[in-house]
Amino acid sequence: MIAIVNYGMGNLRSVQKAFEFVGAQAVITDRAADIEKAERVVLPGVGAFGDAMRNLKRAELIDPIVKAISEGRPFLGICLGLQLMFTESEEMGRHRGLDVLAGQVRKFPDGERIPQIGWNQIHICHDTPLLAGVPDGAYFYFVHSFYVVPDRCSDAVATTDYGIDYVSIAGQGRAFGVQFHPEKSQDAGLKILKNFAEIV
Amino acid sequence: MLAKRIIPCLDVKNGRNVRGVKFSADLDAGDPIELARRYDEEGADELVFYDITASAEKRQIVGELVRRVSEVVFIPFTVGGGVRTFEDIRTIIEGGAEKASINSAAVHHPEIITQGAESFGSQAIVGSIDAIRRIDPENPNVLHWEVVINGGRTATGKDALCWAEELVDRGAGELVLNSIDADGTKSGYDIELNRAVAQRVDVPIVASGGAGGPEDMYRVLSEGQASAALAASIFHYGQYSIPDVKAYLAQRGVPVRPRITIAL
Repeated sequence: MIAIVNYGMGNLRSVQKAFEFVGAQAVITDRAADIEKAERVVLPGVGAFGDAMRNLKRAELIDPIVKAISEGRPFLGICLGLQLMFTESEEMGRHRGLDVLAGQVRKFPDGERIPQIGWNQIHICHDTPLLAGVPDGAYFYFVHSFYVVPDRCSDAVATTDYGIDYVSIAGQGRAFGVQFHPEKSQDAGLKILKNFAEIV
Repeated sequence: MLAKRIIPCLDVKNGRNVRGVKFSADLDAGDPIELARRYDEEGADELVFYDITASAEKRQIVGELVRRVSEVVFIPFTVGGGVRTFEDIRTIIEGGAEKASINSAAVHHPEIITQGAESFGSQAIVGSIDAIRRIDPENPNVLHWEVVINGGRTATGKDALCWAEELVDRGAGELVLNSIDADGTKSGYDIELNRAVAQRVDVPIVASGGAGGPEDMYRVLSEGQASAALAASIFHYGQYSIPDVKAYLAQRGVPVRPRITIAL
């Protein structure tokens, strides 16, 4: 079973429906017990980094999430969920993240429209089961103003160009985060969700 | 590179598509779900449902539509048309739409934008502006636009550029500019309007009103500095398909997303 973590940061039904479409069962939950027994965990989310960490803390979900990752259960952060995997964000002050990937979350520099909204390409740095069957240069739907900067090059799975080249998929072992919305990215996004549901 | 977006707009009333649509015979053109699927297959980057239901059950009908669409279409879609209250926004976003588009209600109660953005994030709140060109007798060479509501029937006295700024300050993550002058003419988008607003605010601009063909889209996406072009009739009547438009834009150097099929 896939647990989609509900912590009051955005609509999660689209994520659940997309999993259902690719034949994977997913439950939306705000209970630590469900995350502890879930085979796979998905952390979606839109909104502010600080609010998100506060909500996760209040709901006592930080430990179960970090535990799922450290035990090697497949994990997928989506959009804000990717950013939360990192050490620290500079969104409206300084906020500590889950710190399962070392690095920072920064605001896009001036020069392009912010937020970035729309379809952009990924350039794959290294093969992973998450991207099986997804071609290099595939388009995904992005909506964000902040981006992640991993400390370790090996944590960069794919990059995207928006004025700067930034990391749009990060990961280590079976824990991944994607900056775009796979649930709104048509075939390519559904393929990623299907791959995630099948990672062994 | 970020692609420019092509967005078909569907007019829906009581859960049915109401604009005449010419597709192949096997398509129920009145069913917005069927139509949404077709546009998705053709490579639409987003969809807009413009709901003109005027009954007391409007919210329920819209909620049902959103839920049905989100079960079969996995691209972003926006719902607009008579979005008046916070509850309307909630119904749209929680049903599975990416964005709610707010027009007249924001003029009457601008705080709806703030509340919507605080609760659902700026990415979920689209500020929709109906604008009409006005000439100031003292400055006939300076272009300016007034915000109008009720489909252009009611003037508001608001300057469109200032209003655009306020909507963004209040949290709108994107703006749709609908030119009342150009709407329905098929003689091209209002390029100057789009460019003026695009230079004033940071968020992406969606151009609307006046699309007569791919060249109009090319102009508004290049000279007009819009991030996306919305159109209704040229797609519905089968005059141009989305692949036609994208092929034209690509040939002229505009980045567009090609439709690819990936086996699941």
